[in-house]
Amino acid sequence: MRSKVENKKSKIINLLLYFIVLGFTLAVLYPIVNVFSISLRPSDRLLSTSLKIIPTDASFHAYDVLFTQTPFVRWFFNSVIIAVVVTLTGVTLASTAGYAFSRFEFYGKKSAMVGLLVTQMFPPTMLLLPMYIMLLKLHLINSYLGIIIIYTSTALPFCVWQMKGYYDTIPFSLEEAARIDGSTRWGAFTKVVLPLAAPALVITALFSFMTAWAEYVVAAQVLQDTSLFTLPLGLKQFESSMSTEWGLYAAGSLIISIPVVVLFLFLSRWLISGLTLGSVKG
Amino acid sequence: MKAQRAKNKARRARPVVTGFSSRAQIMREIHYRADELSPAAFAYILVLPAAIVMFGVVIYPFFYNAVLSFSNMSLRHFKDWHIVGLRQYEQVFKEKIFYSVFFKTLIWTFVNILFHVTVGVALAIILNRKIFGKALIRTLLILPWAIPQVIAALTWRSMFNYEYGAINLFIAHFFHMTPIEWLGKPFEAFSACVITNIWLGFPFMMTIALGGLQSIPQELYEAADIDGASGWQKFWTVTVPLLRPVMIPAITLGIIWTFNNVNIIWLVSNGGEPSDQTHILVSYVYKAAFNLYRYGYAAALSMVIFAMLLIFSLFFLKRTRASEAAY
Repeated sequence: MRSKVENKKSKIINLLLYFIVLGFTLAVLYPIVNVFSISLRPSDRLLSTSLKIIPTDASFHAYDVLFTQTPFVRWFFNSVIIAVVVTLTGVTLASTAGYAFSRFEFYGKKSAMVGLLVTQMFPPTMLLLPMYIMLLKLHLINSYLGIIIIYTSTALPFCVWQMKGYYDTIPFSLEEAARIDGSTRWGAFTKVVLPLAAPALVITALFSFMTAWAEYVVAAQVLQDTSLFTLPLGLKQFESSMSTEWGLYAAGSLIISIPVVVLFLFLSRWLISGLTLGSVKG
Repeated sequence: MKAQRAKNKARRARPVVTGFSSRAQIMREIHYRADELSPAAFAYILVLPAAIVMFGVVIYPFFYNAVLSFSNMSLRHFKDWHIVGLRQYEQVFKEKIFYSVFFKTLIWTFVNILFHVTVGVALAIILNRKIFGKALIRTLLILPWAIPQVIAALTWRSMFNYEYGAINLFIAHFFHMTPIEWLGKPFEAFSACVITNIWLGFPFMMTIALGGLQSIPQELYEAADIDGASGWQKFWTVTVPLLRPVMIPAITLGIIWTFNNVNIIWLVSNGGEPSDQTHILVSYVYKAAFNLYRYGYAAALSMVIFAMLLIFSLFFLKRTRASEAAY
């Protein structure tokens, strides 16, 4: 039996732990709140030293300017097109390759799997520099195609591993049963296994989408024409002239983040299981 | 079983087709053809699209980069470059800045991972208890992982602004200290990058640790309770050993990601400011390649970084695997 003193002690500890967690939660939330509050500031008071969350004379002026007087909408569509194409190719390639790695034995399988892992150790510049020179020579700088190719390849190794890990958890007997019922090999894959792998497909899609949606360092080299800018490049341009366009920057970052954050939080449950599966099986 | 298979084969046998009338029929034909292939051949077909992309966009550039690292390619020698042997590698190791940047990279990686893991695991352990508003708090704590890195980096940069940034305003308002010149001095600017990256990185470790904690059977803690173990003892004898196998792959991945994270340094310190004092290896290569156009040199330095990570991963994984076997 626990004594009263000990009970009291554990209560205090619990309270203390609770405050620690709350402290971290505030630290996580503050930058987001800060951006929100800057986005609401009237344009003559952008550089304010007040710590108020809702500024005096709050207005949606910055949002209005963002949509009507800057190429933000154009950038938004650039990002959407690039991200959607990257997602579609990424999911297609990863779902088929992952299936082969999970279900079949073939020569070179093991070294291919290890090879995919090794690519994760490449410093980002190691492929970017030769790719950049290749794109220069092929005249693909300042084109969607160039950047789509690069993004697809960055996300692919992780996606293939992720898909393979998930397929591994689907019992083999399901396909055997389908085959006995007269289904073809391809039919067993697309009609039986693929629907069951939906969570993994969703995660793979999310991961590919996020790679392309908010990438900066590659885009900064490959896309140099303002009309081809993706959202991160546009934001950086606002940020560089901090004093004049701080409000635009803040409003823009919120608009860019909200869709991916909502998706991410909504899907995080699956993400976690996917990651731990990958690491356990890895 | 064998008879069954033969029967199936008969049932699946290709119907005689006299000309293709519809797309569906062509597809069916392809499917039956695929069934006649050996499993390995079928697997190759499935892997082929990904393999082509990987070859064109990863393997070929990798070797191209290797060739560049032995060449004198730069903006001046863009078309008329030629192989110069190991001169670029010599240059990498000869320049003193390499060693200071390497040292900063080690500190960067170590401090970041240390905080990611300790903060992540600590929060996971607290969240694994019954606390009020657990689901909401957990969701909020994942936010930094969900926010695009670029936006997090630029936002933190604006918060580190000397006059108008929230951090200095906080310092002045609540602690009555003189504001810190975050982005203007080497040490402060580097710390600003580290703070930003700690903020960004702990949710990943927390999430992994939470997953690991949930898979530890509750009976182990009950058994420890019966043995009269204190909370601290339970942590070291039950939680830590059982969390290890889950955390080690995550930490390996985290180390590689942090070592290679060009985003945060580049965006928070605006390309290594002040005067290239805040670089880690990858941001330094990025600058050498795309701002200074030293292509051959950058290629050689990339190869050196890759070699470091490869050797590290091999050693690290081997050692941890050996210790896992000991358990």
